[in-house]
Formats: sequence, C-alpha cells, structure tokens
Amino acid sequence: MENLKRVDLIFGAYTNEKYKVLESSMSKSSEEIINEMIASGLKGRGGAGFLTGMKWKFTAAEKDPVKYVVCNADEGEPGTFKDREILTVVPRKVFSGMAICGKAIGAKKGYMYLRGEYRYMLPDLMKELEIYHEHARRFGHDFTIEIRMGSGAYICGEESALFESIEGKRGEPRNKPPYPTVAGLFSKPTVINNVETFVNAVMIMKYGANEFKKLGTSDSRGSKMFSVSGDTPKAGIHELELGMSLADFVNEFGDGDTKAVQVGGASGFCVPRKRFNDTIIGFEGVPTGGSMMLFNSSRSMYNVLHNYLDFFEEESCGQCTPCRIGCQQLLKGIVAVKKGEKPSSYLDQLLKLSDTMKITAKCGLGQSVANSFASIVENFKEEMIY
Amino acid sequence: MLKVTIDNKTVEVAPGTSILDAAAKVGIQIPTLCYLNLHDLNIENKPAGCRICVVEVEGRRNLAPACATDCADGMKINTHSIRVLNTRKTVMELILSDHPFDCLVCAKSGKCDLQKMAQDLGIREIRYQGEQSHYREDTSPAIIRDVDKCIMCRRCEMMCNEVQTVGVLSGVNRGFEAVVAPAFEMNLDHSECTYCGQCVAVCPTAALTEVDHTYKVIEALADPTKVVVVQTAPAVRAALGEEFGLEPGTLVTGKMVAALRQLGFNYVFDTDFAADLTIMEEGTELLTRLNKYLAGDTNANLPILTSCCPGWVNFFEHHFPELKDIPSTARSPQQMFGPIAKNYFADKIGIKREDMIVVSIMPCLAKKYECSREEFKVNGDPDVNYSVSTRELANLIKLANIDFHNLDEDDFDQPLGESTGAGVIFGTTGGVIEAAVRTAYEVHTGKTLEKVDFEQLRGMEGVRSASVDFNGLELKIGIAHGLGNARKLLEEIKAGTSQYHAIEIMACPGGCIGGGGQPLHHGDSSILKARAQALYREDAGKAIRKSHENPFIKELYEKFLGKPNSHKAHELLHTHYFDKSNQITIE
Ligand SMILES: Cc1cc2nc3c(=O)[nH]c(=O)nc-3n(C[C@H](O)[C@H](O)[C@H](O)COP(=O)(O)O)c2cc1C
Ligand code: SF4
Ligand code: SF4
Ligand code: SF4
Ligand code: SF4
Ligand code: FES
Repeated sequence: MENLKRVDLIFGAYTNEKYKVLESSMSKSSEEIINEMIASGLKGRGGAGFLTGMKWKFTAAEKDPVKYVVCNADEGEPGTFKDREILTVVPRKVFSGMAICGKAIGAKKGYMYLRGEYRYMLPDLMKELEIYHEHARRFGHDFTIEIRMGSGAYICGEESALFESIEGKRGEPRNKPPYPTVAGLFSKPTVINNVETFVNAVMIMKYGANEFKKLGTSDSRGSKMFSVSGDTPKAGIHELELGMSLADFVNEFGDGDTKAVQVGGASGFCVPRKRFNDTIIGFEGVPTGGSMMLFNSSRSMYNVLHNYLDFFEEESCGQCTPCRIGCQQLLKGIVAVKKGEKPSSYLDQLLKLSDTMKITAKCGLGQSVANSFASIVENFKEEMIY
Repeated sequence: MLKVTIDNKTVEVAPGTSILDAAAKVGIQIPTLCYLNLHDLNIENKPAGCRICVVEVEGRRNLAPACATDCADGMKINTHSIRVLNTRKTVMELILSDHPFDCLVCAKSGKCDLQKMAQDLGIREIRYQGEQSHYREDTSPAIIRDVDKCIMCRRCEMMCNEVQTVGVLSGVNRGFEAVVAPAFEMNLDHSECTYCGQCVAVCPTAALTEVDHTYKVIEALADPTKVVVVQTAPAVRAALGEEFGLEPGTLVTGKMVAALRQLGFNYVFDTDFAADLTIMEEGTELLTRLNKYLAGDTNANLPILTSCCPGWVNFFEHHFPELKDIPSTARSPQQMFGPIAKNYFADKIGIKREDMIVVSIMPCLAKKYECSREEFKVNGDPDVNYSVSTRELANLIKLANIDFHNLDEDDFDQPLGESTGAGVIFGTTGGVIEAAVRTAYEVHTGKTLEKVDFEQLRGMEGVRSASVDFNGLELKIGIAHGLGNARKLLEEIKAGTSQYHAIEIMACPGGCIGGGGQPLHHGDSSILKARAQALYREDAGKAIRKSHENPFIKELYEKFLGKPNSHKAHELLHTHYFDKSNQITIE
C-alpha cells in the first residue's frame, strides 16, 4: 500500500465539535474565504471537476441581492454511494460547508436536494438541521437550509435539471450558458456543489489551503472519497489521496484477476488492464466522481456495456434528439452486432454516432455516453462481436 | 453592440441576439426544427431539443444550438463546416429513424416541416436502424394525437402551457419513451383541453391533426335526399387562398363561394350573417346590463364577456366555472346559424329539418367539438352537422379538381348570405367588440355614428384596453386574445378589480385568423397580420357596415324572431354553460 495514501479528512477530526469551523469562518470576509478556496485548488467532487473557488467567486460577483447555495445530494451515478456515507456520518460538515459558501457569496438560503432513495435519512438530517439553525442564529449568520427530496430520476442530479425539479417542474436540463453562477435556481445566481465538495471546503477552512494542497497533485489537489465496487474483496468507501496510478489502485483493491476498471460510473471511462500503469486517477488523467468498479476476467464487457446503455436509454430525460434516440440506437446496435444481424463494421458506425452525441447532446448525460461506449467498444471489440 | 463573425461575414448585433438571428441578418439561414418564433405575438419556443441548428463556435469543444446560443463579442461561428454538415445529417437521420415512413398516406404530407427538412438536408438513407417508439392513438371530437409522429419539439406544450395556460400537454416519461401527453397520460377528451387547436397549428408533423370530415361532407353532398347548406366563417376568406399559393392576405370570398357551389352545396351562406345576428343578441344583452348599471343596480353583472369563441367557452367552463354567469349567453355565430337554417330557412323552402345538412367552414377546431355538444341538438339531430376547417375545405376543392385560380367570383345566396362589414371583422381580435360597439352605440345614443372605424380597438397586443365615448358615458372595453391573456382579465374580475364594461375574448392568438384550422403559418406571424388586414379591407369595402342595418337581419326579426333577446331568440340563439371543473377523469 506504499503508493496509495489513505486519508481521513472527510470523516476524521472534529466530528463532535459544534460548528466551530463555521463559527470561526464568520469572522472572515467573503474575499478571504473565496481566496482560501481558490488557493486550495479544490475542484468539484460531483464529477465535472470545476474549480470550486472560481465558482464561488463568479457567484459572489453577481449583483443580484437574492442568491442560492445548493447541495447536490442526488447521488445517482451507478456505483457511487459515498455521499450517503458522508451524510450519515458527518452531516454537520455538509451544512457547515453550505453555510460558509452562503457567507462567501452573500446568499441567505440553501437547499439540499436529497436523492429519493435516501428519504430514510431525513429524520436524522432534520434533527441535525435544527442544531445547525440554532448555532447559525447564535452567531448571527442569516442562512437557512431546506431539504428537498429528489424524484428518483438520475437526470435530476444534473445541476440545471435539479433546479427545475426544485422549482416544481419536470426535471430537464436547461440550455447552457447561462451557467448557474449567473442564472441558477429560480434564475438567481447559484452555487451548486456536491456533498463532498462542501465537506472539503470546511476542511480547507479548518486547516488552511496550504495543508490541503499538500495532498494530491498540481491538477488534482486533496483527497477523494472512492466508492469501490465490483470484483473486489474490499468493496466500500475509501478516502484516498488523488493522483495515484490505476495500477496501484488495482494492486490494493483488485482480486488478482482484474481485467478492467470502470472509472467514474456509467458516464465514466473503462480502462483495460494494459493501461493500468499509465492511467492517473485525477483530473489530469481519468477523473471520477468517486465510482471505481472492478471487473475480473469472468465478466462479459458486452453485458457491462449493455447494462450501461439500458441505464442511459431509460434515464435520458428524452428532451434532445441525440440522446433520446441515440442511446436507443447504440443499445439496439450492439445487440444486432452480437446477434450477427449487423456486420462488425456497424460498430464503427455506432462509434461515430457516439461521437456526434458527445458534441450535440444538450447536457452531460448525452455528452458522456460516448465515454463508456467508446472505451468499452474500442478496448473489448472481440467481446462485442463474438 | 457585439461583433461576431459568421461564415467569414462580420455582423454587429445587440447583446442577447442569438446566433440564429445574427446569421439571418447577413442572409445565412440556419435550418431549425423545434424553434418557433411568432414575433408579432411574443410567442417563442426555444427548447433547444432537436439539435438540427447546431453550429461550430471557435474555441468550444461541442457544437452549439444556434437558436439558443447568444452571441458573444468576438465570436467566430461556422454554420456549414464538414463537421457541422455531417453532424446535422446524423441528427436528422436519428429523428427519422424514430418516425413512421408514412409520408405517402400522411395528412401532413407536403406541409410537414420534418419532411421538408429531410429534403433540404438531402437525406437519402438512414444508417441507424434501431427501433421506433409506439404509443396509442388518441382521438377526440376535434383533435387526433398520433404520438408516433411526435418529434418532441415541444411546440404544442409551449402553446398549451405558456400561451394558453391550459396546461393539458406536457412532457411525460423518460428516455426513448418520452412523449408529450395530457397529464396522467389520459386521453384528450378526458382532459381540460379547450380544443383551441393551437397545438395543432404549430405541430411540425402529423402528430397533431384535426379530425377530418372531408369524406363525410362528400357523402352528404352525394346524397340526393338531402339539402346541403354551407356557412363560411369570416376568417376563412382571408386565408383559404394561401392553400392555393396566393399571397397571405389575399381575399378570396368570391372564388370561395364559386368553389362551394361547384362542390355541389345547394345553398352557400355566410356565417357573417350569423355574426350580425350575434351582435344583435349580444349587443342587446350588453345594453340591458349597462342600463341596469346606469340605473344604479349593483347586480348589473358587468363586465359582460363575449361568448362567440367555443375555445374560450371550454376554457371558462373548466378553469373559471365560478364566472360562468358573466359571459353573454349568446351562442357563437356557427351555432346561431344552425337553428336559423334548420327552422326558419328549412320552413321557408318547405323541407323538414331532418332533410337538411348544415356544414360549416371554420378556421377553428373547437367548433368541431362545439357542434357535437348535446345542447345544440334536437332529438339527436345536430344544428350543425359537420364543422370543417379551412384546410379541409382546400382539400375538398383540390379533390374535386376545381381550378381555384380561374374561378369566376360568385355571390352568397340570400337571405342567410347577406352580411355587413361588422360581421366580417369577427374574424380578427378586436373585431367582435368593434362590431358590437357600432350597433350598441347607435341603439344606446340614438345617434348615427360618423365614423365606424374604431382604430383603438385594433392591433395585435395580447391584452388591450380602450374606451369609447357613448354620448358622455365612457364605455371601457377590454380585449384579450390567447387564453393566457384572457386569464389575466379573468383574474381581475375574480378579484373585483376589473375596470371594464365589456370584454372580448378570443382563444386563439390573433383571433380566428390564427385559428387551429387555418392554413399553417409555419412560424411566420406576418401571415396573421396580413389576414387581419384583409378582413379590415373587406369591411371597409362593404356597403353596410353595421349589423343592425343588415336588411335580412331586420326581416328575420320582423318575420320570425320578434325582438332581440325575445323568448324565441332565447330558445334558438342563446345557451347556458356548465361547471366542468370536476369533469376530468383519470383512467
Ligand atoms: C446526468 C448527470 C447527473 C449528475 N448527477 C450528479 C449527482 O448525483 N451528484 C452530483 O454531485 N453531481 C452530479 N452531476 C454533476 C452536476 O451537474 C454538477 O456538476 C455538480 O453538482 C457540481 O458540483 P461540484 O462542482 O461540487 O462537483 C451530474 C451531472 C450529470 C450530467
Ligand atoms: S442529453 Fe439526454 S438527458 Fe441531457 S438534455 Fe438531452 S435528452 Fe436530456
Ligand atoms: S387544443 Fe388548445 S387546450 Fe387543447 S391541448 Fe391543444 S393547445 Fe392545449
Ligand atoms: S406533438 Fe407535434 S408539436 Fe407537440 S412535441 Fe410532438 S411534434 Fe412537436
Ligand atoms: S379564436 Fe376563433 S378559431 Fe380560435 S377557438 Fe375561438 S372561435 Fe375558434
Ligand atoms: S432549432 Fe435549435 S435546437 Fe431545435
């Protein structure tokens, strides 16, 4: 385990302190908080990896008196279950992070959009929220938080669809730009961050950007929660320093027979064994929202891809042509090739289609289908045909 | 101003201008499918869903939808690089791969935006052969939904929700199964649909079409035992020509009459006559309520609302049942014409009611539903047997091989074909109330109007208000077209803040000239304006321009009805409304 560094930032330290970091952050100015975030190099943990400090800065710069902070707790990416743990173990840190963001950007209201399946957490979260509101009142921070339940649709994890959903509309992504920093929830400037991102923000406020920066690489600062699943004896949540090689990761978590790792869930990339050594897990290599799914040689990569496409075909919001029809075509296409109804060259046709989806789909869902599709088809072509 | 370069042409545009509009400024037409903009009516559909309009923006990894992407200073845009063309073709192939290949027998063939786009983009094969989605067909008295032909452009949804605020149609289901449907996926006739037909008017494909009665009319015409009488609504004459390639706004009244006669109708009458009758009844009601009000009666029931639009009637029956005693009880002109034809006129020519078939040519789909309402039937026999749209009439004319362009102009038959300019302008927003004012003014003041044109009542603004001097009394008039605009005035009435004495409401944006049964405007709102102007031209050219001066209307009252709002008039020309707020059934 010498090349993998386990970290205990998220769950560790301060769990029992009552909103100390939040309280001390109150004495800081908006600029100080934002500068600390920028200096830390923290990038969003929800998948897209946008610089959190910049997101806060853009939103802070907007003139609108009404702004919002939104915590994305929709956790719908297949193979991801780390936000569930975080919300169970350290909800206090999540609320603190939102409140600090509220201070930084000048928002008075925050929403947490909680995945429908996590409704069972609601009583505990509400209890903690009450405690949060008491403390916020105590040190005069005018920032309230409300929890909204998700509807069970994967697409509602996409930020603009999430806003639509909170606004009581059908969860469909909006056209971008405008970005949330300009027009987000209720068309107001909004910061939306992942659960883990808010916790990281709190830890940065506690230990300082310099401490945080000691972890990770120049492109991928800090540590990250990984949801490890599949053919592994160590399934579960693991916090690791960013920037490791996939080979090191597989060394630690594989079962000795790992043939591929799906990094980043259904919308991520499939990395075959021959690329383990030169694949860095981080924003400079293959980024992930946390999901790491290991496959050993007993797995059919055709079945894996079939599952993903089934998922996309059902979970697409159906709003734009490339995704609504494209997903279905990819799915039917690989089935036809497998059955011999189409020549293997049809796969090339489908690869072109996935490329088109990448550049024309309206949101990240349709745009990222090509990630898993191309990386599986290109690396495991024989399995697709025979 | 921002400077952008599109296909090497530089153009300056104001902030907020889309790439699509900027390109149009330098003569570059980027193809669009889901996008719709009726500029004069402030109606825009911009879901950025079809992705046909994608273009390359320098520095961006992905292509951008031109319809929904604003220009930024210094932007460099390429609208026809190989990458763009290939991509557009693939996107089009995808849409077609999920569309039935029914063109040869499709109601929309030749007028379908999808078909045209496939031609424009030169699609000759569809390389992707997955599945097609299937959905049950849904038929109502006025509108057919053939969802298999839906391309999810969401125009109908925008019309139904944002413009009409009826809220029947919306996106349901996810993924490949996503469709636009009434809530809970119920059928249209179990929903709160008003049958305004605005969804049909903008649907680019045959996913939404009218219930077609063309062949029923042909059968009736071929039946030697029936006398077939036809009435034509005012807005039809200003639009029918478009179906034969004439310029929008060309009046084809005489040719239309000639064509109807050639088709074999025994009598060609004018709904405008019934419109004059409507004015007599509705105008009298207005004056009765007004006089009560002037006498200090606090229950005078003002403002009075017009009731000649069946789409609007459906709307308040479902959405504002608490206001159902406020609209005039006068029937729509279509439904006034029916009983006059089947009682008065049938009698006059000595035939039995059952032996007469009344066909109406309407710009409207709500009238298809209206003529099927039980209260407009006598022992099961409807006052109006078939209500067909302007589009269906054009098809009839084409089926009969009538050379429309070379027809000699003909005149309506008498007596139900005589009409005034007041009846003509019923077809456009503001026209009904202007017609009513012309008559009510003279009856109320006893004076002759010097100028019958009330310019202050005309225009395309969604909600308008104006006042007319009634000999010292300032009559306050509100006008709304489009049900969303109507809703605003109704909310005021509900809140008790309405300042009006009389309000005209038309369900369709622009009034009947923009009705759901009219030739398709394909997103060009200048067509609607041209139609409205045509009606005002016809009005200006009429010898008689006030309903109460129509000699045959006078005769009808003298010989048959007695006075306006008489017992007989009430029986034949008025109706009552229902509270339908609880009539939605969920299967
Ligand atoms: C289809 C789709 C689903 C997404 N689901 C989630 C999710 O469940 N949780 C999440 O934090 N971000 C999700 N995202 C990313 C969000 O849109 C957004 O980028 C993120 O919440 C921003 O937070 P961050 O900057 O802290 O990562 C999803 C994106 C897409 C396109
Ligand atoms: S890419 Fe898919 S999920 Fe995203 S807007 Fe288009 S149809 Fe909806
Ligand atoms: S006819 Fe009018 S009310 Fe009915 S669905 Fe269409 S737009 Fe909506
Ligand atoms: S029914 Fe017609 S207008 Fe409505 S979304 Fe489908 S294609 Fe578009
Ligand atoms: S405005 Fe005219 S066309 Fe539209 S529903 Fe009313 S009567 Fe019919
Ligand atoms: S026309 Fe622009 S996306 Fe449909």
